Amino acid sequence: MPYLTIDEKRVEFNQGQTIIEAAVTANIDIPHFCWHPKLSVSGNCRVCLVEVEKMPKLVIACSTLAAEGMVVHTHSDKTLEARNAVMEFILINHPLDCPICDEAGECKLQEYAYAHGKGESRFEEIKVRKEKRVQLGPFIKFDGDRCISCSRCIRFSDEIAKANQLTFVKRGDSVTITTFPGESFDNPYTLNTTDICPVGALTNQDFRFKSRVWEMSGTDSICIGCARGCNTEIWVRNNEILRLTPRSNEDVNSDWMCDKGRLNTFKFVNANDRVDGTMIRENGELKKVEWSEALVKAAAGLKEFKSTEIAFIGSSYATCEDNFTLVKLARSLGVNNIDFTQHILPGDQDDILIREDKTPNSLGAKLVGVKPAPNGLNLEGILRAIKEDKIKALYVMEEDIAALSNEWEEACGKLSLLIVHATNHNRTTLLANIVLSASTFAEKHGTFVNFQGRVQRIKPAVGTEEMDRALDGMNMSRWDKFGTKFDRWMQGHKYDAKPSWKILSLLSLQLGGKIKYEMAEAVFSDIAKTINEFNDLDYDVIAELGAQAKIKQTLAV
Amino acid sequence: MVEKKRKKNLSFLERIYVVEIFKGMILTFKNMLRPKVTMQYPEVKFEPPASYRGRPVLVQERNGVERCVACGLCSRVCPALAIEVQAAETELEKERYPQKFEINMLRCIFCGFCEEVCPEEAIVMSKDYELVFTNREDAIYGKDKLLIPVDKLQDRLEFLRKFK
Ligand code: SF4
Ligand code: SF4
Ligand code: SF4
Ligand code: SF4
Repeated sequence: MPYLTIDEKRVEFNQGQTIIEAAVTANIDIPHFCWHPKLSVSGNCRVCLVEVEKMPKLVIACSTLAAEGMVVHTHSDKTLEARNAVMEFILINHPLDCPICDEAGECKLQEYAYAHGKGESRFEEIKVRKEKRVQLGPFIKFDGDRCISCSRCIRFSDEIAKANQLTFVKRGDSVTITTFPGESFDNPYTLNTTDICPVGALTNQDFRFKSRVWEMSGTDSICIGCARGCNTEIWVRNNEILRLTPRSNEDVNSDWMCDKGRLNTFKFVNANDRVDGTMIRENGELKKVEWSEALVKAAAGLKEFKSTEIAFIGSSYATCEDNFTLVKLARSLGVNNIDFTQHILPGDQDDILIREDKTPNSLGAKLVGVKPAPNGLNLEGILRAIKEDKIKALYVMEEDIAALSNEWEEACGKLSLLIVHATNHNRTTLLANIVLSASTFAEKHGTFVNFQGRVQRIKPAVGTEEMDRALDGMNMSRWDKFGTKFDRWMQGHKYDAKPSWKILSLLSLQLGGKIKYEMAEAVFSDIAKTINEFNDLDYDVIAELGAQAKIKQTLAV
Repeated sequence: MVEKKRKKNLSFLERIYVVEIFKGMILTFKNMLRPKVTMQYPEVKFEPPASYRGRPVLVQERNGVERCVACGLCSRVCPALAIEVQAAETELEKERYPQKFEINMLRCIFCGFCEEVCPEEAIVMSKDYELVFTNREDAIYGKDKLLIPVDKLQDRLEFLRKFK
């Protein structure tokens, strides 16, 4: 392999790589605004200027190809002087907006100004003012003053979102970003520009002013919006999710996620209709009761029916752990009628990220065996059997089965016993006899299998009543670490909910069964032992970026 | 008996003590005649100088709006985690204002860091040292108690401009 020398370090590179790319592989940071590893090279910010021996002038590291034997200095006097000058130049028209700017704390300009700037400016004239608070598309606020014209957002729209919508207009210090005439910045991926905008010119309106970035804890997770399973980070303050951001994973979502996933997949966690504790229907009304009482009632209820009169419904919203435990419980009761439903939105798919399967774990539910056992009934069969009074008890886990169709709603009304695990009240809980409150994806450990067969982990970011941030090893912000129960900023509501696999093992205990899981990890190690596709996997192997399940191509959904 | 060695042995006059006692009494009587400094608090109130660090308060502009833009820096710098700020959007030019601003006076240690870090001169240490509450909830001061008209804070603002 050819090599070059950067700051006296020998760095190998592939033919065709630029200096900055070679530096990144060697963990050498060359400051940059406009360069982004996933976008084409633009070379307009000039902050990546470096000195290369035997070249007469400084060169920009983002567009200069690395060459055999090159000697690059990123910290020589000449480089530093040029960098400081460029920083001073960029800051000429950049407002001193940090106190009111959402980007503060994760702003490249702020960081570089601190690390490489002179700390003072010779510019005494009045800064150029542009429009602030411009609505750019449905979800973004654009602040013209703050834009440093790096063109990342334009290149993102063109190259990644494949939607030619943004452009520069005007020249010199009046240059600004706008949409092409007649266009709106409304492609399905616009909010990614708020992540890559190196300053606070593009901000996510949904998150605007909700919190300072340093006040939140960040937890690795997976988006539940579709079968892609984009890797995400959940940002939480005072036990409430405030935003989701994409996490880099080359094999799944690169650096991106779609706007729907980012905005619509977390609000139910803190919505008013959350189920908070277990409930039992008495005289037509759902009444809150203790877990023990509800579980005893559920067990007693199930025992009243023959195994052929019972059916179980799993869920592609629930984790592999949940579904696996459900299958186990069904088998222990000798119930063969078990299935789950997919949520496909035909045609709502592209070749960037979005998949038409709108749940995160269809493949996982399938793999862990949520399907009718020999001579058991599938979903349609179950519906028919309920209508014919052959099935009288239905156990539904994290699925709004009554919302599937009018037929299902009527069928649910006909049942003698309907037990439901639910995170939020829905059409099914309206009809249920017993509602067991389930933790959401943001409140539990577990795994999803995406459409490629990649097993990925979710972790709790929001605490429930049964959890303790510190003892359960959840990521904590400074507030979480030092807060007491007397501090108002620590009193965010904790729901009384449990992960479905735990509810199922508690129920199994009441039924005299043998399922005794204490940890999601234990469920997974059972999955790995019993199901071929998961052999050799455990939580450590899956780690942050996931691991491939050994699936035959035909199984893929 | 072993004779004790001193660095400097007492002179004869010192050894007879009479003179020394007399000197001491002079000091005592002198002080008896000096003006009294004891203050009859709370009948008489102490008016601290501008450099005094009483409870932190928020500056309220003459138009009734708080100066604070809810940047959260005071909250971040506060070593006692006494300050909670919740920002929200306003139509005013400043874009951002504190929808909620609370200082827990049980946590505050009157260090003045919040005042020092504030980019807007919006939070300053006042002369108020009389903090009374009978339960934890009352100790959390909201915007109603924190906002003080700018005219009443001129002393401190001038002091800050001179010395900060
Ligand atoms: S809005 Fe942001 S990403 Fe777009 S050109 Fe300006 S600074 Fe760059
Ligand atoms: S593409 Fe799918 S998984 Fe990715 S963010 Fe959008 S909805 Fe979520
Ligand atoms: S004076 Fe010190 S302890 Fe009190 S609120 Fe300000 S920063 Fe916090
Ligand atoms: S530092 Fe000043 S402007 Fe910022 S939140 Fe505190 S008081 Fe408000």
